[in-house]
Amino acid sequence: MNFATKKHDYESSIFSGLTAAAAWLIVAILAVILANITWYGLPGLSWNFIAGSTEKDMFNPDHASVMPMIFGTAALVILMTVMVVPVGVITAIYLTEYAHSSSPMTRFIRGAVNNLAGVPAIVFGLFGLGFFISFVGGGIDELFYGATAEPVWGKPAIIWAALTLATLTLPVVIVATEESLKAIPPGLREASLALGATKLETVVKIVLPQALPGILTGSILAVSRGAGEVAPILFTGAAYYMAHLPSKLTDQFMELGYHVFILSTQSPNIEQTRPILYATVLVLLLLTFALNVVAIAIRMRIRKKLRSLH
Amino acid sequence: MSAPLNNKRTQGWMGLKRGHRARPLEWVAEKLIFLVSLSAIITTLLIFVFITRESLPILFGQMDSSHQTLVIPVADMSKYSDKELSKYLDMPETDFKAMDAETRQLMMEVKAEATEERPSDKDAGINTASWRYLLMPHQWTGYDKSSYIWQPVSEIHKYNIVPLLVGSLKTTLVAMLFAVPLALGAAIYVSQLASNAAREWIKPIIEMLSGIPSVVMGFFALLVMATVLQDVFGYASRLNALVAGIALGFAIIPVVFTIAEDALTSVPRAFSQAALALGASRWKATWQIVLPAALPGVLAAVILGFGRAIGETMIVLMASGNASIMSFSPTDSTRTITATIAAELAETVFGSHHYRLLFMIGLLLFIVSFFSNLAGELIVHRLKKKLEGRA
Repeated sequence: MNFATKKHDYESSIFSGLTAAAAWLIVAILAVILANITWYGLPGLSWNFIAGSTEKDMFNPDHASVMPMIFGTAALVILMTVMVVPVGVITAIYLTEYAHSSSPMTRFIRGAVNNLAGVPAIVFGLFGLGFFISFVGGGIDELFYGATAEPVWGKPAIIWAALTLATLTLPVVIVATEESLKAIPPGLREASLALGATKLETVVKIVLPQALPGILTGSILAVSRGAGEVAPILFTGAAYYMAHLPSKLTDQFMELGYHVFILSTQSPNIEQTRPILYATVLVLLLLTFALNVVAIAIRMRIRKKLRSLH
Repeated sequence: MSAPLNNKRTQGWMGLKRGHRARPLEWVAEKLIFLVSLSAIITTLLIFVFITRESLPILFGQMDSSHQTLVIPVADMSKYSDKELSKYLDMPETDFKAMDAETRQLMMEVKAEATEERPSDKDAGINTASWRYLLMPHQWTGYDKSSYIWQPVSEIHKYNIVPLLVGSLKTTLVAMLFAVPLALGAAIYVSQLASNAAREWIKPIIEMLSGIPSVVMGFFALLVMATVLQDVFGYASRLNALVAGIALGFAIIPVVFTIAEDALTSVPRAFSQAALALGASRWKATWQIVLPAALPGVLAAVILGFGRAIGETMIVLMASGNASIMSFSPTDSTRTITATIAAELAETVFGSHHYRLLFMIGLLLFIVSFFSNLAGELIVHRLKKKLEGRA
């Protein structure tokens, strides 16, 4: 290979400059998006908008409030977290603490996790409808209420939407937890085992407490992801409008992301609703972004720790 | 040489091995943990099974969307078997059996009325849910040439999926053309050329881009980008594949960037240091040494970005205009597979041909993303192994 150095290597400077420009352009685009949303969204934020009472006319900027959507989103992601975190954490424990890293089973599980992370969100929506609502929900109805009665479980509901989101966020929790488990020095485990603790005791009393920040990161990322996904809840539980807050697992709910979609596409007068649309987007973004920033900060600390181990 | 000590598993049945105490709790806990860890595999299988289940009748050509000519008079009901009647009424046999005689009679009357109101269209007898009409063009009544048309709610249900495939590929192509050069450029810069301070800043910021929910990106494309781009290029339809594609590009930049950056960083430092020692500039060392070594990883980044782009829903649903026109022009309003499912599924009747067709294109999406994921993962895995072996 020929690395002839010229005094002025224009080619090198030009291409290096281009790559730097690409990086900074991406940063600039992100800045423009955030600035635009903050600039137009901030004036619309008021106490009444965030925590006001439920008004009938959700397209009217004077009365609109996103309180029901915030409530719905919170209820949804809490339900989802309760279901996904234990499963995700236990899977990660199996993968790092029990399984042989090279066994076909482990590779199979890892492959499934990676694949699940890449399944399109809308496919999860179809799955939620086909499996949770019509198979599980319909099955419960048939079993307890008779086939001809009005469906109780076999219809869109917050529990099915939460379950659908739980399957979608499972890889997020697994990957984050696994990362933090790997960052724990093997010496800690060995010391525990050497002192006569059993495998299970070591995992529960030594490994898990150490992995807590990672588990927290995984949960936060899952919540942030779940709060932002709209496609999976389109047919599994999100409602266009509801006069009451959801109170049962079988109720439908209003949700922030879905509300952004409704306001941007179904509004009778886009000019009039623009301020509340921007304000709603800002609320959603603050919610998901704040969670992400916290998660990235914790994650960076874990990675630093991991690097210092090797 | 003795066999390697297996300290990962509890030894023997219930932990019972020569001279060890039985630990039933440990044994049970381990088995339970293993069972739970199968969740990802089970979920993947369930997704595949249940989406396939809903689309099977279409896949096997068992659905019939033609307007029937045959009318079975209510009086003749007893002459037919339950199976024939349920097929005639276009419903599952179990549902038919669950109905009482009165409901059955009512259903028969409604069906007979609907059949008599059959449109006089020459295409009314066509089973539009068969493979021939799903994939091949047809000259429909009122059209002057053979064309690919997706119009599921018109009187004659036109279910040609080709315009949707073209729409998805077109939008994805725009997204890739926009995102790949930017993301790769940024990945090269961050992993090889940037100062430490710049890297510490840029990397998390680009990763933050993935934290923007796709509905927010769709909103931004719809309200801001669509107007700006129309002002700049002056095309006719405000929402089109170009707007949706660029917004989609933003969404996949973090995916492509993260994987490509990872691959480039995993090339051993010794490679570029050797080149630098021979007098190469930083750029030449990157371009001629590091990039070729990491090329499979870059390819994987592109493949995974493609899989992500073709499966993205909200952005294309909001910014593409959603007209299912068969066109290759990026400035025409367009409709993708994902947007079609999102927009139409809520209004379909459970078990109808339209419903099953939407599941079928969902299955198609699942398969495409499955294979692009698999290819991407395999390439990354191999590259990592190779580079680790060399380092």
